[in-house]
Amino acid sequence: MTADVNKTDGPGGARGGGPEVIKAIPVRHPLRYVSALIALGTLVAIVYAFAQSDKINWGALPDYFFNDRILDGVVETMKLTILAMVIGVVLGVLLAVMRLSKNPVTSSIAWFYIWFFRGTPVLVQLFVWFNLGLVFEYVNLGPFYKDQWSDFMTPMLTALLGLGLNEAAYMAEICRAGLLSVDEGQTEASHALGMSHSKTLRRIVIPQSMRVIVPPTGNEVINMLKTTSLVSAVQYLDLFRVTQQIGERSTATVEMYFLAAAWYLVMTSILSVGQYYVERYYAKGSTRSLPPTPVQRLKAALIPSRNLSGGLR
Amino acid sequence: MTAVPMVKAENVHKSFGSVEVLKGIDLEVAPREVFCLIGPSGSGKSTFLRCINHLEQVSGGRLSVDGQLVGYREKNGKLYELKDSEVALQRRDIGMVFQRFNLFPHMTALENVMEAPVQVKRESKAVARERAQRLLDRVGLADKAGNYPSQLSGGQQQRVAIARALAMEPKLMLFDEPTSALDPELVGDVLDVMRGLAEDGMTMIVVTHEMGFAREVGDSLVFMDEGVVVEAGNPRDVLTNPQHERTQSFLSKVL
Ligand SMILES: Nc1ncnc2c1ncn2[C@@H]1O[C@H](COP(=O)(O)OP(=O)(O)OP(=O)(O)O)[C@@H](O)[C@H]1O
Ligand SMILES: [Mg+2]
Repeated sequence: MTADVNKTDGPGGARGGGPEVIKAIPVRHPLRYVSALIALGTLVAIVYAFAQSDKINWGALPDYFFNDRILDGVVETMKLTILAMVIGVVLGVLLAVMRLSKNPVTSSIAWFYIWFFRGTPVLVQLFVWFNLGLVFEYVNLGPFYKDQWSDFMTPMLTALLGLGLNEAAYMAEICRAGLLSVDEGQTEASHALGMSHSKTLRRIVIPQSMRVIVPPTGNEVINMLKTTSLVSAVQYLDLFRVTQQIGERSTATVEMYFLAAAWYLVMTSILSVGQYYVERYYAKGSTRSLPPTPVQRLKAALIPSRNLSGGLR
Repeated sequence: MTAVPMVKAENVHKSFGSVEVLKGIDLEVAPREVFCLIGPSGSGKSTFLRCINHLEQVSGGRLSVDGQLVGYREKNGKLYELKDSEVALQRRDIGMVFQRFNLFPHMTALENVMEAPVQVKRESKAVARERAQRLLDRVGLADKAGNYPSQLSGGQQQRVAIARALAMEPKLMLFDEPTSALDPELVGDVLDVMRGLAEDGMTMIVVTHEMGFAREVGDSLVFMDEGVVVEAGNPRDVLTNPQHERTQSFLSKVL
Protein backbone atom coordinates (compact mmCIF):
# COMPACT_ATOMS: atom_id res chain seq x y z
CA MET A 1 0.00 0.00 0.00
CA THR A 2 1.58 3.24 -1.11
CA ALA A 3 0.13 6.69 -0.93
CA ASP A 4 1.26 9.98 -2.30
CA VAL A 5 1.78 12.14 0.76
CA ASN A 6 1.00 15.40 -0.93
CA LYS A 7 -2.35 14.22 -2.01
CA THR A 8 -3.67 12.48 1.07
CA ASP A 9 -3.84 15.34 3.56
CA GLY A 10 -7.55 15.73 3.78
CA PRO A 11 -9.89 13.10 5.16
CA GLY A 12 -11.39 10.98 2.46
CA GLY A 13 -8.17 10.77 0.50
CA ALA A 14 -8.32 11.37 -3.20
CA ARG A 15 -8.33 14.81 -4.67
CA GLY A 16 -8.37 15.92 -8.24
CA GLY A 17 -10.22 12.89 -9.56
CA GLY A 18 -7.56 10.26 -8.76
CA PRO A 19 -8.53 6.87 -7.36
CA GLU A 20 -9.50 6.93 -3.70
CA VAL A 21 -6.57 5.93 -1.49
CA ILE A 22 -7.34 3.51 1.32
CA LYS A 23 -6.44 4.84 4.76
CA ALA A 24 -6.70 2.12 7.37
CA ILE A 25 -5.16 1.61 10.80
CA PRO A 26 -2.66 -1.25 10.44
CA VAL A 27 -2.99 -4.38 12.59
CA ARG A 28 -1.09 -3.97 15.90
CA HIS A 29 1.30 -6.65 17.12
CA PRO A 30 1.74 -6.17 20.89
CA LEU A 31 3.29 -9.63 21.37
CA ARG A 32 6.26 -8.67 19.22
CA TYR A 33 7.24 -5.93 21.67
CA VAL A 34 6.84 -8.22 24.68
CA SER A 35 8.96 -10.97 23.20
CA ALA A 36 11.60 -8.47 22.10
CA LEU A 37 11.81 -7.13 25.66
CA ILE A 38 12.20 -10.62 27.13
CA ALA A 39 14.95 -11.52 24.66
CA LEU A 40 16.81 -8.28 25.28
CA GLY A 41 16.60 -8.72 29.06
CA THR A 42 18.01 -12.26 28.83
CA LEU A 43 20.89 -11.07 26.67
CA VAL A 44 21.78 -8.26 29.10
CA ALA A 45 21.77 -10.72 32.00
CA ILE A 46 24.13 -13.12 30.19
CA VAL A 47 26.53 -10.37 29.15
CA TYR A 48 26.53 -8.96 32.68
CA ALA A 49 27.29 -12.38 34.20
CA PHE A 50 30.40 -12.69 32.05
CA ALA A 51 31.47 -9.06 32.29
CA GLN A 52 31.41 -8.79 36.08
CA SER A 53 33.51 -11.96 36.54
CA ASP A 54 37.00 -11.04 37.77
CA LYS A 55 38.33 -14.46 36.69
CA ILE A 56 38.35 -13.42 33.06
CA ASN A 57 40.80 -10.78 31.95
CA TRP A 58 38.78 -9.05 29.25
CA GLY A 59 41.62 -6.68 28.55
CA ALA A 60 43.53 -9.52 26.88
CA LEU A 61 41.01 -9.64 24.01
CA PRO A 62 41.66 -6.22 22.46
CA ASP A 63 45.38 -6.69 23.19
CA TYR A 64 45.58 -9.83 21.13
CA PHE A 65 42.79 -9.31 18.61
CA PHE A 66 45.10 -7.97 15.89
CA ASN A 67 48.20 -9.77 17.10
CA ASP A 68 50.40 -10.82 14.14
CA ARG A 69 50.29 -14.51 14.95
CA ILE A 70 46.51 -14.43 15.36
CA LEU A 71 46.16 -12.68 12.01
CA ASP A 72 48.42 -15.32 10.44
CA GLY A 73 46.13 -17.96 11.92
CA VAL A 74 43.08 -16.20 10.47
CA VAL A 75 44.70 -16.16 7.04
CA GLU A 76 45.62 -19.85 7.31
CA THR A 77 42.08 -20.76 8.32
CA MET A 78 40.63 -18.84 5.39
CA LYS A 79 43.17 -20.32 2.99
CA LEU A 80 42.34 -23.82 4.16
CA THR A 81 38.59 -23.19 3.93
CA ILE A 82 38.83 -21.91 0.37
CA LEU A 83 41.19 -24.61 -0.91
CA ALA A 84 39.33 -27.46 0.77
CA MET A 85 36.02 -26.18 -0.61
CA VAL A 86 37.48 -25.88 -4.12
CA ILE A 87 38.62 -29.49 -3.94
CA GLY A 88 35.25 -30.48 -2.49
CA VAL A 89 33.16 -28.68 -5.12
CA VAL A 90 35.18 -29.77 -8.15
CA LEU A 91 35.40 -33.37 -7.04
CA GLY A 92 31.79 -33.27 -5.81
CA VAL A 93 30.39 -32.16 -9.19
CA LEU A 94 32.45 -34.85 -10.87
CA LEU A 95 31.20 -37.51 -8.46
CA ALA A 96 27.59 -36.39 -8.87
CA VAL A 97 27.82 -36.64 -12.65
CA MET A 98 29.52 -40.06 -12.33
CA ARG A 99 26.84 -41.20 -9.92
CA LEU A 100 24.09 -40.28 -12.40
CA SER A 101 25.85 -41.69 -15.46
CA LYS A 102 24.47 -44.66 -17.36
CA ASN A 103 27.84 -46.40 -17.10
CA PRO A 104 27.58 -48.89 -14.19
CA VAL A 105 31.35 -48.81 -13.53
CA THR A 106 31.59 -45.06 -12.99
CA SER A 107 28.39 -44.87 -10.98
CA SER A 108 29.60 -47.69 -8.68
CA ILE A 109 32.95 -45.96 -8.14
CA ALA A 110 31.14 -42.78 -7.15
CA TRP A 111 28.79 -44.70 -4.88
CA PHE A 112 31.70 -46.40 -3.14
CA TYR A 113 33.61 -43.13 -2.66
CA ILE A 114 30.60 -41.43 -1.10
CA TRP A 115 29.89 -44.44 1.09
CA PHE A 116 33.43 -44.46 2.44
CA PHE A 117 34.12 -40.77 2.98
CA ARG A 118 30.69 -39.96 4.36
CA GLY A 119 30.74 -42.96 6.62
CA THR A 120 33.88 -42.12 8.58
CA PRO A 121 34.61 -39.09 10.83
CA VAL A 122 36.80 -36.30 9.39
CA LEU A 123 39.04 -36.32 12.42
CA VAL A 124 39.76 -40.01 11.91
CA GLN A 125 40.45 -39.40 8.22
CA LEU A 126 42.87 -36.61 9.10
CA PHE A 127 44.82 -38.91 11.42
CA VAL A 128 44.85 -41.67 8.82
CA TRP A 129 46.35 -39.34 6.20
CA PHE A 130 48.85 -38.07 8.74
CA ASN A 131 49.99 -41.57 9.68
CA LEU A 132 49.92 -43.29 6.29
CA GLY A 133 53.73 -43.15 6.47
CA LEU A 134 53.50 -46.35 8.48
CA VAL A 135 52.22 -48.12 5.37
CA PHE A 136 54.00 -46.22 2.62
CA GLU A 137 57.56 -45.38 3.53
CA TYR A 138 58.26 -43.56 0.30
CA VAL A 139 56.30 -41.64 -2.27
CA ASN A 140 57.66 -42.85 -5.58
CA LEU A 141 56.36 -41.49 -8.86
CA GLY A 142 59.07 -43.03 -11.02
CA PRO A 143 61.44 -40.48 -12.50
CA PHE A 144 59.32 -37.47 -11.53
CA TYR A 145 59.24 -37.49 -7.78
CA LYS A 146 60.59 -39.52 -4.91
CA ASP A 147 60.55 -38.59 -1.26
CA GLN A 148 59.97 -39.90 2.20
CA TRP A 149 56.31 -39.99 3.16
CA SER A 150 56.80 -37.78 6.20
CA ASP A 151 58.42 -35.06 4.07
CA PHE A 152 55.77 -35.38 1.39
CA MET A 153 52.76 -35.38 3.68
CA THR A 154 53.10 -31.91 5.17
CA PRO A 155 50.46 -30.65 7.63
CA MET A 156 49.09 -28.53 4.80
CA LEU A 157 48.63 -31.48 2.45
CA THR A 158 47.22 -33.64 5.23
CA ALA A 159 44.70 -30.97 6.09
CA LEU A 160 43.71 -30.36 2.47
CA LEU A 161 43.29 -34.04 1.64
CA GLY A 162 41.45 -34.79 4.85
CA LEU A 163 39.03 -31.89 4.58
CA GLY A 164 38.70 -31.71 0.78
CA LEU A 165 38.11 -35.39 0.07
CA ASN A 166 35.59 -35.62 2.87
CA GLU A 167 33.79 -32.52 1.66
CA ALA A 168 33.59 -33.93 -1.88
CA ALA A 169 31.36 -36.74 -0.63
CA TYR A 170 28.87 -34.26 0.84
CA MET A 171 29.07 -31.93 -2.15
CA ALA A 172 28.41 -34.90 -4.45
CA GLU A 173 25.10 -35.55 -2.73
CA ILE A 174 24.16 -31.86 -2.82
CA CYS A 175 25.02 -31.63 -6.52
CA ARG A 176 23.17 -34.84 -7.33
CA ALA A 177 20.00 -33.49 -5.74
CA GLY A 178 20.51 -30.28 -7.73
CA LEU A 179 20.97 -32.05 -11.05
CA LEU A 180 17.91 -34.21 -10.41
CA SER A 181 15.82 -31.13 -9.62
CA VAL A 182 16.03 -29.90 -13.22
CA ASP A 183 12.99 -30.87 -15.29
CA GLU A 184 13.61 -33.68 -17.77
CA GLY A 185 11.98 -31.59 -20.49
CA GLN A 186 15.04 -29.31 -20.36
CA THR A 187 17.39 -32.15 -21.27
CA GLU A 188 15.02 -33.30 -24.01
CA ALA A 189 14.70 -29.83 -25.50
CA SER A 190 18.48 -29.46 -25.48
CA HIS A 191 19.05 -32.86 -27.06
CA ALA A 192 16.37 -32.16 -29.64
CA LEU A 193 18.37 -29.09 -30.71
CA GLY A 194 21.37 -31.32 -31.36
CA MET A 195 23.33 -30.45 -28.21
CA SER A 196 25.61 -33.17 -26.85
CA HIS A 197 25.38 -34.70 -23.38
CA SER A 198 28.22 -32.61 -22.01
CA LYS A 199 26.99 -29.37 -23.57
CA THR A 200 23.52 -30.04 -22.20
CA LEU A 201 24.99 -30.59 -18.78
CA ARG A 202 27.22 -27.51 -18.87
CA ARG A 203 24.90 -25.02 -20.54
CA ILE A 204 21.42 -26.14 -19.52
CA VAL A 205 21.31 -28.48 -16.53
CA ILE A 206 24.10 -27.24 -14.25
CA PRO A 207 23.15 -23.54 -14.42
CA GLN A 208 19.58 -24.41 -13.47
CA SER A 209 20.61 -26.77 -10.71
CA MET A 210 22.61 -23.94 -9.09
CA ARG A 211 19.48 -22.55 -7.48
CA VAL A 212 19.16 -25.81 -5.56
CA ILE A 213 22.90 -26.35 -5.06
CA VAL A 214 24.00 -22.90 -3.84
CA PRO A 215 22.10 -22.53 -0.55
CA PRO A 216 23.33 -25.82 0.98
CA THR A 217 26.81 -25.15 -0.43
CA GLY A 218 26.85 -21.84 1.45
CA ASN A 219 26.12 -23.81 4.60
CA GLU A 220 28.93 -26.19 3.70
CA VAL A 221 31.41 -23.30 3.40
CA ILE A 222 30.42 -21.98 6.81
CA ASN A 223 30.62 -25.49 8.21
CA MET A 224 34.03 -25.99 6.61
CA LEU A 225 35.34 -22.79 8.15
CA LYS A 226 34.53 -24.17 11.57
CA THR A 227 35.63 -27.73 10.77
CA THR A 228 39.10 -26.48 9.84
CA SER A 229 39.70 -26.09 13.58
CA LEU A 230 40.15 -29.88 13.65
CA VAL A 231 43.41 -29.62 11.73
CA SER A 232 45.10 -28.28 14.83
CA ALA A 233 45.23 -31.97 15.75
CA VAL A 234 47.63 -32.67 12.87
CA GLN A 235 50.06 -29.84 13.64
CA TYR A 236 48.54 -27.31 11.28
CA LEU A 237 48.91 -23.73 12.54
CA ASP A 238 45.39 -22.47 11.95
CA LEU A 239 43.55 -19.84 13.96
CA PHE A 240 42.49 -22.29 16.64
CA ARG A 241 45.93 -23.79 17.19
CA VAL A 242 47.53 -20.34 17.35
CA THR A 243 45.08 -19.15 19.98
CA GLN A 244 45.65 -22.37 21.91
CA GLN A 245 49.41 -21.86 21.85
CA ILE A 246 49.19 -18.24 22.94
CA GLY A 247 46.69 -19.16 25.64
CA GLU A 248 48.89 -21.87 27.12
CA ARG A 249 51.92 -19.60 27.32
CA SER A 250 50.25 -16.45 28.58
CA THR A 251 47.86 -18.00 31.13
CA ALA A 252 45.02 -16.34 29.26
CA THR A 253 43.67 -19.72 28.12
CA VAL A 254 39.94 -19.02 28.35
CA GLU A 255 40.32 -15.50 27.01
CA MET A 256 42.00 -16.86 23.90
CA TYR A 257 39.09 -19.26 23.33
CA PHE A 258 36.75 -16.30 23.44
CA LEU A 259 39.00 -14.51 21.01
CA ALA A 260 38.96 -17.48 18.63
CA ALA A 261 35.17 -17.65 18.87
CA ALA A 262 34.94 -13.94 18.06
CA TRP A 263 37.14 -14.31 15.00
CA TYR A 264 35.18 -17.33 13.74
CA LEU A 265 31.97 -15.33 14.18
CA VAL A 266 33.39 -12.42 12.19
CA MET A 267 34.38 -14.73 9.35
CA THR A 268 31.12 -16.70 9.25
CA SER A 269 29.14 -13.43 9.28
CA ILE A 270 31.04 -12.17 6.26
CA LEU A 271 30.39 -15.48 4.49
CA SER A 272 26.66 -15.28 5.25
CA VAL A 273 26.43 -11.91 3.55
CA GLY A 274 28.29 -13.28 0.53
CA GLN A 275 25.94 -16.26 0.44
CA TYR A 276 22.92 -13.96 0.27
CA TYR A 277 24.18 -12.22 -2.83
CA VAL A 278 25.29 -15.41 -4.59
CA GLU A 279 21.85 -16.96 -4.02
CA ARG A 280 20.24 -13.85 -5.44
CA TYR A 281 22.40 -14.08 -8.53
CA TYR A 282 21.34 -17.65 -9.25
CA ALA A 283 17.64 -16.91 -8.70
CA LYS A 284 17.84 -15.07 -12.03
CA GLY A 285 14.99 -16.04 -14.34
CA SER A 286 13.16 -18.08 -11.73
CA THR A 287 11.12 -15.21 -10.41
CA ARG A 288 9.58 -12.36 -12.33
CA SER A 289 11.41 -9.68 -10.38
CA LEU A 290 13.93 -9.89 -7.55
CA PRO A 291 13.08 -8.29 -4.20
CA PRO A 292 15.38 -5.40 -3.19
CA THR A 293 18.51 -6.24 -1.19
CA PRO A 294 18.72 -4.97 2.41
CA VAL A 295 21.15 -2.28 1.22
CA GLN A 296 18.71 -1.15 -1.45
CA ARG A 297 15.91 -1.14 1.10
CA LEU A 298 17.98 0.92 3.50
CA LYS A 299 18.78 3.42 0.76
CA ALA A 300 15.13 3.62 -0.19
CA ALA A 301 14.24 4.28 3.44
CA LEU A 302 16.93 6.92 4.03
CA ILE A 303 16.71 8.82 0.79
CA PRO A 304 13.36 10.57 0.80
CA SER A 305 11.21 9.79 -2.19
CA ARG A 306 7.71 10.76 -3.08
CA ASN A 307 6.31 7.39 -2.13
CA LEU A 308 6.00 6.78 1.59
CA SER A 309 4.54 3.74 3.21
CA GLY A 310 0.90 4.40 3.95
CA GLY A 311 1.02 3.06 7.50
CA LEU A 312 3.88 5.31 8.59
CA ARG A 313 1.92 8.45 9.23
CA MET B 1 10.00 -40.41 -60.04
CA THR B 2 8.88 -39.94 -56.45
CA ALA B 3 11.34 -37.95 -54.35
CA VAL B 4 12.92 -39.42 -51.23
CA PRO B 5 10.28 -39.18 -48.50
CA MET B 6 11.22 -36.86 -45.62
CA VAL B 7 10.04 -39.45 -43.12
CA LYS B 8 9.45 -43.10 -43.84
CA ALA B 9 8.17 -45.54 -41.23
CA GLU B 10 7.99 -49.22 -42.00
CA ASN B 11 6.40 -51.50 -39.44
CA VAL B 12 7.72 -49.38 -36.54
CA HIS B 13 7.34 -50.96 -33.11
CA LYS B 14 8.08 -49.48 -29.71
CA SER B 15 7.76 -51.16 -26.33
CA PHE B 16 8.34 -49.85 -22.84
CA GLY B 17 9.27 -52.98 -20.94
CA SER B 18 6.52 -55.47 -21.72
CA VAL B 19 4.03 -52.81 -22.84
CA GLU B 20 3.87 -52.40 -26.59
CA VAL B 21 2.95 -48.80 -27.40
CA LEU B 22 3.53 -48.75 -31.17
CA LYS B 23 2.39 -51.89 -32.95
CA GLY B 24 3.63 -51.53 -36.49
CA ILE B 25 3.33 -48.03 -37.90
CA ASP B 26 3.63 -47.56 -41.67
CA LEU B 27 3.58 -44.09 -43.14
CA GLU B 28 5.36 -41.68 -45.41
CA VAL B 29 5.74 -37.93 -45.17
CA ALA B 30 6.74 -36.15 -48.38
CA PRO B 31 8.96 -33.05 -48.41
CA ARG B 32 7.02 -29.79 -47.92
CA GLU B 33 4.04 -31.74 -46.60
CA VAL B 34 2.04 -30.78 -43.51
CA PHE B 35 1.24 -34.07 -41.88
CA CYS B 36 -1.30 -34.13 -39.07
CA LEU B 37 -1.53 -36.86 -36.47
CA ILE B 38 -4.66 -37.26 -34.35
CA GLY B 39 -5.88 -39.88 -31.94
CA PRO B 40 -7.08 -40.47 -28.40
CA SER B 41 -4.85 -40.00 -25.37
CA GLY B 42 -2.36 -42.82 -24.91
CA SER B 43 -2.56 -43.95 -28.52
CA GLY B 44 1.18 -43.42 -29.00
CA LYS B 45 1.29 -40.14 -30.96
CA SER B 46 3.98 -38.52 -28.78
CA THR B 47 5.96 -41.73 -28.66
CA PHE B 48 6.03 -41.94 -32.45
CA LEU B 49 7.06 -38.31 -32.75
CA ARG B 50 9.86 -38.81 -30.21
CA CYS B 51 11.11 -41.82 -32.15
CA ILE B 52 11.62 -39.63 -35.21
CA ASN B 53 14.36 -37.60 -33.48
CA HIS B 54 15.54 -40.53 -31.40
CA LEU B 55 14.42 -39.23 -28.02
CA GLU B 56 13.03 -42.76 -27.88
CA GLN B 57 14.69 -45.71 -29.55
CA VAL B 58 12.47 -47.79 -31.83
CA SER B 59 12.39 -51.46 -30.86
CA GLY B 60 11.37 -52.87 -34.23
CA GLY B 61 10.94 -51.94 -37.88
CA ARG B 62 12.63 -49.13 -39.75
CA LEU B 63 12.35 -45.42 -39.42
CA SER B 64 14.27 -43.07 -41.66
CA VAL B 65 14.47 -39.33 -42.11
CA ASP B 66 15.47 -37.99 -45.52
CA GLY B 67 16.70 -41.43 -46.50
CA GLN B 68 18.85 -41.88 -43.39
CA LEU B 69 18.03 -44.51 -40.78
CA VAL B 70 17.33 -42.88 -37.39
CA GLY B 71 19.72 -43.97 -34.65
CA TYR B 72 21.35 -46.80 -36.61
CA ARG B 73 23.76 -47.45 -39.41
CA GLU B 74 23.32 -50.41 -41.71
CA LYS B 75 26.38 -52.27 -42.88
CA ASN B 76 26.47 -55.68 -44.56
CA GLY B 77 22.89 -56.33 -43.56
CA LYS B 78 23.60 -55.64 -39.88
CA LEU B 79 22.41 -52.71 -37.81
CA TYR B 80 24.89 -50.78 -35.67
CA GLU B 81 23.78 -48.31 -33.02
CA LEU B 82 25.01 -44.79 -33.63
CA LYS B 83 27.24 -43.02 -31.14
CA ASP B 84 25.75 -40.15 -29.13
CA SER B 85 27.62 -37.60 -31.22
CA GLU B 86 26.22 -39.08 -34.46
CA VAL B 87 22.69 -39.03 -33.03
CA ALA B 88 23.21 -35.37 -32.11
CA LEU B 89 24.26 -34.69 -35.69
CA GLN B 90 21.02 -36.22 -36.99
CA ARG B 91 18.93 -34.18 -34.57
CA ARG B 92 20.32 -30.86 -35.79
CA ASP B 93 18.13 -31.03 -38.86
CA ILE B 94 14.94 -31.87 -36.97
CA GLY B 95 13.21 -29.18 -34.94
CA MET B 96 10.86 -30.10 -32.13
CA VAL B 97 8.21 -28.09 -30.34
CA PHE B 98 6.86 -29.47 -27.08
CA GLN B 99 3.46 -29.26 -25.46
CA ARG B 100 5.00 -27.64 -22.38
CA PHE B 101 7.37 -25.32 -24.29
CA ASN B 102 10.53 -26.37 -22.38
CA LEU B 103 12.22 -23.02 -22.90
CA PHE B 104 15.46 -22.59 -20.96
CA PRO B 105 14.30 -20.50 -17.97
CA HIS B 106 17.74 -19.07 -17.16
CA MET B 107 18.08 -17.45 -20.58
CA THR B 108 16.21 -14.58 -22.20
CA ALA B 109 14.06 -15.20 -25.26
CA LEU B 110 16.91 -14.04 -27.48
CA GLU B 111 19.47 -16.22 -25.71
CA ASN B 112 17.13 -19.22 -26.01
CA VAL B 113 17.04 -18.78 -29.77
CA MET B 114 20.80 -18.13 -30.06
CA GLU B 115 21.90 -21.03 -27.88
CA ALA B 116 21.91 -23.96 -30.31
CA PRO B 117 23.48 -22.21 -33.33
CA VAL B 118 26.30 -20.89 -31.13
CA GLN B 119 26.88 -24.08 -29.16
CA VAL B 120 26.17 -26.71 -31.81
CA LYS B 121 27.11 -25.04 -35.09
CA ARG B 122 29.80 -22.86 -33.51
CA GLU B 123 28.31 -19.86 -35.20
CA SER B 124 29.58 -16.42 -34.17
CA LYS B 125 27.41 -14.62 -31.64
CA ALA B 126 26.85 -11.69 -33.97
CA VAL B 127 25.48 -13.89 -36.75
CA ALA B 128 23.36 -15.92 -34.32
CA ARG B 129 21.98 -12.80 -32.67
CA GLU B 130 21.05 -11.29 -35.99
CA ARG B 131 19.17 -14.40 -37.04
CA ALA B 132 17.54 -14.78 -33.61
CA GLN B 133 16.23 -11.25 -33.83
CA ARG B 134 14.85 -11.91 -37.30
CA LEU B 135 13.13 -15.11 -36.08
CA LEU B 136 11.63 -13.41 -33.05
CA ASP B 137 10.34 -10.73 -35.36
CA ARG B 138 8.83 -13.41 -37.57
CA VAL B 139 6.89 -14.94 -34.66
CA GLY B 140 5.77 -11.46 -33.62
CA LEU B 141 7.93 -11.08 -30.53
CA ALA B 142 10.65 -8.65 -31.58
CA ASP B 143 9.92 -6.48 -28.54
CA LYS B 144 10.19 -9.39 -26.07
CA ALA B 145 13.76 -10.42 -26.92
CA GLY B 146 15.09 -9.45 -23.50
CA ASN B 147 12.37 -11.16 -21.47
CA TYR B 148 12.93 -14.33 -19.49
CA PRO B 149 10.42 -17.13 -20.13
CA SER B 150 8.78 -16.49 -16.75
CA GLN B 151 7.97 -13.00 -18.00
CA LEU B 152 6.13 -14.27 -21.09
CA SER B 153 2.62 -15.64 -21.56
CA GLY B 154 2.16 -19.27 -22.61
CA GLY B 155 1.45 -18.33 -26.19
CA GLN B 156 4.52 -16.10 -26.32
CA GLN B 157 6.67 -18.84 -24.82
CA GLN B 158 5.50 -21.32 -27.43
CA ARG B 159 6.30 -18.89 -30.22
CA VAL B 160 9.80 -18.38 -28.80
CA ALA B 161 10.13 -22.17 -28.72
CA ILE B 162 9.22 -22.32 -32.41
CA ALA B 163 11.80 -19.63 -33.17
CA ARG B 164 14.37 -21.58 -31.16
CA ALA B 165 13.76 -24.70 -33.23
CA LEU B 166 13.86 -22.73 -36.49
CA ALA B 167 17.22 -21.21 -35.57
CA MET B 168 18.89 -24.51 -36.48
CA GLU B 169 17.36 -24.23 -39.96
CA PRO B 170 15.78 -27.69 -39.78
CA LYS B 171 14.40 -29.56 -42.77
CA LEU B 172 11.66 -31.11 -40.65
CA MET B 173 9.63 -29.73 -37.76
CA LEU B 174 7.84 -31.88 -35.19
CA PHE B 175 5.01 -30.35 -33.16
CA ASP B 176 3.65 -32.28 -30.17
CA GLU B 177 0.31 -30.70 -29.27
CA PRO B 178 1.81 -27.21 -29.41
CA THR B 179 -1.41 -25.48 -28.35
CA SER B 180 -2.81 -27.92 -25.79
CA ALA B 181 -1.33 -26.10 -22.79
CA LEU B 182 -2.57 -22.70 -23.92
CA ASP B 183 -5.57 -20.60 -22.99
CA PRO B 184 -8.04 -20.57 -25.91
CA GLU B 185 -7.42 -16.93 -26.79
CA LEU B 186 -3.67 -17.57 -27.19
CA VAL B 187 -4.01 -20.57 -29.52
CA GLY B 188 -4.60 -18.43 -32.60
CA ASP B 189 -1.23 -16.66 -32.47
CA VAL B 190 0.67 -19.94 -32.39
CA LEU B 191 -1.40 -21.49 -35.16
CA ASP B 192 -0.81 -18.38 -37.29
CA VAL B 193 2.94 -18.84 -36.96
CA MET B 194 2.59 -22.50 -37.93
CA ARG B 195 0.41 -21.61 -40.89
CA GLY B 196 3.10 -19.19 -42.06
CA LEU B 197 5.71 -21.92 -41.79
CA ALA B 198 3.55 -24.27 -43.87
CA GLU B 199 3.17 -21.61 -46.56
CA ASP B 200 6.95 -21.26 -46.70
CA GLY B 201 7.18 -24.95 -47.53
CA MET B 202 8.43 -26.40 -44.22
CA THR B 203 7.87 -30.12 -43.78
CA MET B 204 5.86 -30.49 -40.60
CA ILE B 205 4.44 -33.34 -38.54
CA VAL B 206 1.82 -31.97 -36.21
CA VAL B 207 0.16 -33.88 -33.38
CA THR B 208 -2.89 -31.82 -32.64
CA HIS B 209 -6.45 -31.63 -31.41
CA GLU B 210 -7.06 -28.53 -33.52
CA MET B 211 -9.24 -30.08 -36.24
CA GLY B 212 -9.75 -26.67 -37.86
CA PHE B 213 -6.00 -26.30 -38.36
CA ALA B 214 -5.73 -29.86 -39.73
CA ARG B 215 -8.50 -29.25 -42.19
CA GLU B 216 -7.21 -25.90 -43.46
CA VAL B 217 -3.46 -26.39 -43.41
CA GLY B 218 -2.93 -30.16 -43.41
CA ASP B 219 -1.98 -32.02 -46.57
CA SER B 220 -2.62 -35.41 -45.05
CA LEU B 221 -3.97 -36.75 -41.82
CA VAL B 222 -3.55 -39.96 -39.89
CA PHE B 223 -5.81 -41.22 -37.15
CA MET B 224 -3.95 -43.40 -34.66
CA ASP B 225 -5.41 -45.62 -31.96
CA GLU B 226 -3.75 -48.09 -29.62
CA GLY B 227 -0.45 -47.98 -31.44
CA VAL B 228 -1.68 -48.54 -34.99
CA VAL B 229 -2.68 -46.31 -37.89
CA VAL B 230 -6.45 -46.76 -38.22
CA GLU B 231 -7.18 -44.39 -41.05
CA ALA B 232 -5.18 -42.08 -43.30
CA GLY B 233 -5.96 -39.70 -46.08
CA ASN B 234 -6.77 -36.16 -47.04
CA PRO B 235 -7.79 -34.23 -43.88
CA ARG B 236 -10.96 -32.87 -45.42
CA ASP B 237 -12.08 -36.37 -46.44
CA VAL B 238 -11.18 -38.08 -43.19
CA LEU B 239 -12.68 -35.38 -40.98
CA THR B 240 -15.94 -35.03 -42.88
CA ASN B 241 -16.41 -38.61 -43.99
CA PRO B 242 -14.50 -41.03 -41.73
CA GLN B 243 -14.57 -44.60 -43.00
CA HIS B 244 -13.58 -46.47 -39.91
CA GLU B 245 -15.89 -46.89 -36.94
CA ARG B 246 -13.16 -45.97 -34.38
CA THR B 247 -12.41 -42.76 -36.27
CA GLN B 248 -16.09 -41.93 -36.31
CA SER B 249 -16.52 -42.36 -32.58
CA PHE B 250 -13.33 -40.35 -31.82
CA LEU B 251 -14.35 -37.49 -34.09
CA SER B 252 -17.86 -37.41 -32.71
CA LYS B 253 -16.34 -36.79 -29.30
CA VAL B 254 -13.89 -34.03 -30.25
CA LEU B 255 -15.75 -32.13 -32.94
N1 LIG C 1 8.79 -43.64 -20.88
C1 LIG C 1 7.69 -44.42 -20.81
N2 LIG C 1 7.68 -45.53 -20.07
C2 LIG C 1 6.59 -46.33 -20.03
N3 LIG C 1 5.45 -46.09 -20.68
C3 LIG C 1 5.39 -45.00 -21.46
C4 LIG C 1 6.50 -44.10 -21.56
N4 LIG C 1 6.15 -43.10 -22.40
C5 LIG C 1 4.89 -43.35 -22.79
N5 LIG C 1 4.42 -44.49 -22.24
C6 LIG C 1 3.10 -45.08 -22.46
O1 LIG C 1 2.89 -45.19 -23.83
C7 LIG C 1 1.53 -44.94 -24.17
C8 LIG C 1 1.47 -43.91 -25.27
O2 LIG C 1 1.93 -42.67 -24.78
P1 LIG C 1 2.01 -41.38 -25.67
O3 LIG C 1 2.55 -40.30 -24.82
O4 LIG C 1 2.73 -41.67 -26.91
O5 LIG C 1 0.48 -41.12 -25.98
P2 LIG C 1 -0.16 -39.89 -26.74
O6 LIG C 1 -0.91 -40.46 -27.89
O7 LIG C 1 0.84 -38.86 -27.01
O8 LIG C 1 -1.22 -39.38 -25.69
P3 LIG C 1 -1.61 -37.87 -25.27
O9 LIG C 1 -2.62 -37.42 -26.27
O10 LIG C 1 -2.21 -38.04 -23.93
O11 LIG C 1 -0.36 -37.07 -25.28
C9 LIG C 1 0.84 -44.50 -22.88
O12 LIG C 1 0.07 -45.58 -22.42
C10 LIG C 1 1.97 -44.21 -21.95
O13 LIG C 1 1.61 -44.57 -20.64
MG1 LIG D 1 1.28 -36.89 -26.24
